[in-house]
Amino acid sequence: MKKWKRVDSLTELPHKILESAMKAGIDVDARNRSGSYMMIDHSAVIAKVNEYFKGKLEIMDTCDALMKYKWLRNYVWKLVDKEEDEYTKKADENLGGGYFLRIMKNAKIDLPLQSCLIMASENMEQNVHNIIIAEEGSNARIITGCTLHPDVRSGQHIGISEFFIKRNATLNFTMIHNWSEETKVRPRSAAVIEENGKFISNYIALKPVRDIQMYPSAICKGRDSMARFNTILYSHRGSLMDIGSKIELLGKNSKGEIVSRAIATDNSRIIARGMLIGNNSGVRGHLECRGILLDDSAEIRAIPELIGNRRDIDLSHEAAIGKIAEGEIIYLMSRGLSRDEATSVIVRGFLDVDILGLPKELNNEIRRLIEKTTTNL
Amino acid sequence: MEILRVENLHVEVEGKEILKGIDFGISKNEVCVLFGPNGAGKTTLLMSILGSPNYKITDGRIIFNGMDITNLEMNERASLGIGVAFQNPPEIIGVKLRDILRICTRKRVNEELTENELKLVEKFKLTRFLDRDINVGFSGGEKKRVEILQLLSMRPKLLLLDEPDSGVDVESLRLIGNEIQRYINETGGSALIITHHGEILEHVDAKTGFILLDGRISRRGNPGVIFHDILKSGYRECVKCLIRGAKK
Repeated sequence: MKKWKRVDSLTELPHKILESAMKAGIDVDARNRSGSYMMIDHSAVIAKVNEYFKGKLEIMDTCDALMKYKWLRNYVWKLVDKEEDEYTKKADENLGGGYFLRIMKNAKIDLPLQSCLIMASENMEQNVHNIIIAEEGSNARIITGCTLHPDVRSGQHIGISEFFIKRNATLNFTMIHNWSEETKVRPRSAAVIEENGKFISNYIALKPVRDIQMYPSAICKGRDSMARFNTILYSHRGSLMDIGSKIELLGKNSKGEIVSRAIATDNSRIIARGMLIGNNSGVRGHLECRGILLDDSAEIRAIPELIGNRRDIDLSHEAAIGKIAEGEIIYLMSRGLSRDEATSVIVRGFLDVDILGLPKELNNEIRRLIEKTTTNL
Repeated sequence: MEILRVENLHVEVEGKEILKGIDFGISKNEVCVLFGPNGAGKTTLLMSILGSPNYKITDGRIIFNGMDITNLEMNERASLGIGVAFQNPPEIIGVKLRDILRICTRKRVNEELTENELKLVEKFKLTRFLDRDINVGFSGGEKKRVEILQLLSMRPKLLLLDEPDSGVDVESLRLIGNEIQRYINETGGSALIITHHGEILEHVDAKTGFILLDGRISRRGNPGVIFHDILKSGYRECVKCLIRGAKK
């Protein structure tokens, strides 16, 4: 496997790499980002904070960070159990990098941080471990992409991510996956949210994948803490996406929301799981799962679960699967669109990025990505 | 000169014949009102003119602006100048009012609404709804305003209005009625309006009325007189008394 050299700016990287990174939401220019981390195969090629945000955040390769900070060991494998399955074990035994992101106390980072993990060698196994710490009172957004070099068809990606949202901190984390029909993907993530903290996790997967399975969890440990998972899936060309989100509401008056929008077609399958666990007084949670089947060869399975063990909690869910409503198509056709155009407008609307809670700029960037992916529906 | 001519129109919905030979026409710059009890086929007639795929034309034809459109798709009819305001418009998740207005005004990708178009939005008091999902959580009055706004934004030659006055507050109704009338005056357009309670007639100057009963047009005349007769003696009697009157 090729060893990649460190670079000072993303623009020094080969064109093809940059192109893939851009498809996963990376801004190569980096002017509109507070910091960047990029890893190709197992080499961290850049870990850099924008001048303007120096002192407000840290970005490092996890291996480097573990050497620099002894205390960081208390965070590694704290939320995800390394014995959980064969993938966590593998990630523990063969750590190949990943990022350490830390937003400093009370730092307000108005430009998003970006990170990108690229697989550039055929048939490789990429194992990463990411640690994200949002210190007390901080507020930041992270956009992260995982993707393949355009010449690479197959591989396996195991990504461990552990998020620590401290008191009064807010973290909005958006992950865009761009895989291929021959990639197997096993993310394992967990988050803990302290008092009055907020964690919003957005996941977007629009490209075919051989098989992805993940069930990230968030524990709202602190009083008045909040977690929200938004998932946008477009599954085609025989992909299997088994994707869930779990929120455990442990803190008094904590709140959880899970929203997923799934479109399946062309022999693919989606299993949309969701679980809300209400373990303390005054907690509230809602789970929403909507799916559209574009043809008869695909399958969507929605498995919402609510678990409550206090009287004064409020947990609810709604799930709906079906085809695009004919009434909606007719409505748009009456305004001048052909049937195909109407279908495509409805699909794009259904994959609406407004649910992600992102600032307008970033929203528009992701909307453009979705439009690119769905133009050939 | 007629904008619309419907000849011997027979229409089936889910295998059942609803329209049983409709003949009528609408002149350029004419506003017509369609009365009739629930289930008479009023919406079916509107949807057939519009070209909605659930309404199967089994006989007859529809001529629009001199052209036979009986076999045209809905979007082709829309581009020729037929526009509709639905009675019960759907909610579409993630599709914004702004998106639909861009469709109505035939914008290219990334082309924004013009100043004049935005002025019309403001007139309908819908500016703050531009970036909301269409009809999701809108009140009855808001939905009607949104319908008429889309319809007028399309700049159609023929306006099809399915109960524009049902479930609307007084102020919205006045606004809707005035804007429809202004559009017709300015463009020389025509309209076909379905109404049950006739409120819209206080704001729109309609010259002709029809009663649709049992899948046929049974009476044609001054809409004010027809409406008065319906209120007095009901649809069926109103048609009967006309027939008796004609025999005498």
